[in-house]
Amino acid sequence: MLTMARVPEGPPPAPVVQRVRLRYAKRGRLRFTSHRDIQRALERAVRRAGVPVALSAGFTPRPRISYANAVPTGAASEAEYVELALSRCCEASWVAGALDSALPPGLDVLDAVVSRSGALADRLEASLWRIELPGVGHAEATAAVGVLLGTERVEVERRTKSGMRSFDARSAIVRLEVVGPAVPGPDPVAGGVAEGEDPPCAILALVVRHATPAVRPDDVLAALRVVADLAPPSPPRMTRLAQGPLTDAGGAVADPLTIDRDVVDT
Amino acid sequence: MPVASVFDRLEPLLPLVVTPVQYVGGELNSQVKDWDVAGEATVRWALLYPDAYEVGLPNQGLMILYEVINERSDALAERSYAVRPDLEHLMREHGLPQFTVDGHRPVGAFDLLGVSFATELGYTNLLTALDLAGIPLEARDRTEDHPIVVAGGHAAFNPEPVADFLDAVVLGDGEQAVLDITDLVSAWKAEGSPGGRTELLVRLARTGDVYVPRFYDVDYLPDGRIKRVTPNRLGVPWRVRKRTLENLDAWPYPRRPLVPLAECVHERMSVEIFRGCTRGCRFCQAGMVSRPVRERSRQVVARMVEQGLAATGYEEVGLLSLSSADHSGIEKLTHELADRYRGTNVGLSLPSTRVDAFGVDLAAELSRNGRRSGLTFAPEGGSERIRRVINKQVTEEDLLRTVATAYTGGWRQLKLYFMCGLPTETDEDVLRIADLAKRVVATGREASGQRDIRATVSIGAFVPKPHTPFQWAAQAGHEVVDARLALLREAIRSDRRYARAITVRYGDGRPSLVEGLLSRGDRRVSRVIRAVWEDGGRFDGWREHFSFDRWAACAEAALADEPVDLDWYTTRERDVVEVLPWDHLDSGLDREWLWEDWQNALAEVPVTDCRWTPCSDCGVCEGLGTSIELAGC
Repeated sequence: MLTMARVPEGPPPAPVVQRVRLRYAKRGRLRFTSHRDIQRALERAVRRAGVPVALSAGFTPRPRISYANAVPTGAASEAEYVELALSRCCEASWVAGALDSALPPGLDVLDAVVSRSGALADRLEASLWRIELPGVGHAEATAAVGVLLGTERVEVERRTKSGMRSFDARSAIVRLEVVGPAVPGPDPVAGGVAEGEDPPCAILALVVRHATPAVRPDDVLAALRVVADLAPPSPPRMTRLAQGPLTDAGGAVADPLTIDRDVVDT
Repeated sequence: MPVASVFDRLEPLLPLVVTPVQYVGGELNSQVKDWDVAGEATVRWALLYPDAYEVGLPNQGLMILYEVINERSDALAERSYAVRPDLEHLMREHGLPQFTVDGHRPVGAFDLLGVSFATELGYTNLLTALDLAGIPLEARDRTEDHPIVVAGGHAAFNPEPVADFLDAVVLGDGEQAVLDITDLVSAWKAEGSPGGRTELLVRLARTGDVYVPRFYDVDYLPDGRIKRVTPNRLGVPWRVRKRTLENLDAWPYPRRPLVPLAECVHERMSVEIFRGCTRGCRFCQAGMVSRPVRERSRQVVARMVEQGLAATGYEEVGLLSLSSADHSGIEKLTHELADRYRGTNVGLSLPSTRVDAFGVDLAAELSRNGRRSGLTFAPEGGSERIRRVINKQVTEEDLLRTVATAYTGGWRQLKLYFMCGLPTETDEDVLRIADLAKRVVATGREASGQRDIRATVSIGAFVPKPHTPFQWAAQAGHEVVDARLALLREAIRSDRRYARAITVRYGDGRPSLVEGLLSRGDRRVSRVIRAVWEDGGRFDGWREHFSFDRWAACAEAALADEPVDLDWYTTRERDVVEVLPWDHLDSGLDREWLWEDWQNALAEVPVTDCRWTPCSDCGVCEGLGTSIELAGC
């Protein structure tokens, strides 16, 4: 007679012996992937690359990968972080190289360290963003930023899983400035840039403190619309440049993996 | 001259649409070949799946064609999928053409546009794609500047409702067919494209393997039935044969399955373990048109699983076919695979409609690893009488014995598939589904000693399909189907012992009537399709987009001058002398055998499976010069 126990046959999954923290970028057209898309891509890359990621117990074992602070769909990033729990010790650089070659171009592993102390998520206190606003002039952007920084509270709305939610987008802003009119790319929607003209494209640098609910760059853009009527004519391009501990009142964002690296060096 | 990518113009639109990742391409194992990879003579295919990316990407047929074409040094293939209405709107606003997701090249720039029709409900999406591509909707309006539009897939076994929109149609297996067409187009281009588009189509038609609708005239009788279908050009055959691939082991595709970034309907790798089915279920078009059975050997299946996993990183493998437990070496195959992947995180599944203890044993073998896939049985009909009509040879005792085995084996939830609206069906036949479901739960409670036993009863409305014994049958009206399903639901709901243990799933019967119109329609139905599309019809396979009222109103208006209407095409029984719209398309099945099987259905006489028992003369092997290919155990 056929019988089947209600727990899986065989030994329990191998224990975790090491944790590796990775920094990766989400670039180009891959910025249109969602967090779930990235999770699946990473899990498949782990299997193709043969990285010994530990599995959870149960009938449907999952690879033990911790994700921190996923970038929103449509935004690019140079500073995403994950932590892999491994069942066998590996060189961090090998893990980085193996995963990078198994991931699609545009999901690029930039750095890897063996975890030495503390929780990675706790170190990700703030993010530095670069926001390009095609069609918005330097003066217009500077004025709007001035108004926003001079305001104490700005309520914005965003749709969340539990419906529309209203929250303050101002208090999480550590730093916001216009860093350039920059050299704009041709505007594909308008069919390219005419010779000799210089269509505006303001670029903002934004540092936001991670809070609950999270204030995202599109929330800050919503706040600029609320206080200064700033409405970019084409979709803004957003890139997270850094994530990590806030170092000083001026709003610099440090490398969150430095602590793990320093422990190794000593 | 190379054709430029439109991605730069698409990119600014992507933040404005739902799930933009479906349009960016870059899937693992996809490729973008140089436009002039073989110079001027390069044969370029755009392959269109006329449904959403999440449905189209996992499609095995398109994936196989993409790979076999791209393996050639003188050809290239890129993929395109139906864009959702939000992006369609933006593309029209910004003048962006239908594009491929590989090179983001305009579909209109390719030599050939191959369209795969898994279902008839993709027809309006074909029109959207053609229109966005700048390709005239009617084939006769196209010029040398437009691709040749070639259709394939199961729905193409009766392409007549879309014949006006297609240049050519291929019936049956596509692997060798696309390579043959590529050869023919390549030779024609090398000669300097003599005679233009018409000459190319004539050459295709004369092979006898490619149906070119414009080379056939259809005449009608005053009462609306077809009088005859005749070729209107010298050298064009009276009947067009389907393609049948022999020796599947020589075609182990896809070798490198595409892995999407976007979430799709199937998150697994598939390996086809055989093609064709000889169970003889009379409702099943797939089983009828894909004969004969051709199995892959265990060795090749094992190699495809191994190489596919390495190439994709998937952790689930489906062993696909129309009835996978029927593979002649299935026991050894599942045992070997379960051994090979023991202790890994790889899950194996075996979709099968077989209702017997053997199926449960196989499922248990595959879930040794710990991963337990769901168990689904398909008795298809509620009463033994109706199961004899449809030739689904399973008794109630078989089913209950199987269920007891499954529940004893640790499964707590089963899914049961049935159809409603079958020929000769009565209310009583459908009510028997309720009795059966209750007995399944009772058996499960007894076998497992537990009360938390669940069964899901999933019901689809039956649609008569071309090239099956039921091609002559009257489709049940949607009022009849809906009324019977209401009775069934009430019979379950009102029985307090079982009501909470049984979930009944069924849809509205009305989409099936439109599917019936498109399945058995003739060339006059193209006017209805076009009218629906012009009125905004899109994604008809999706409940949230489908509008029965629109189809009904457009059918009435478009067929106002004809002696036929929606009911004529659907709920009318045909007799043996009527010329059916697809009679000139040869699926290999002998028309007399089909008619005899239809009469046997009415007399409730079963027909046996020729895989295990003597041939019943369906005509396929003899007519096409093929035979059953068993891998053996």
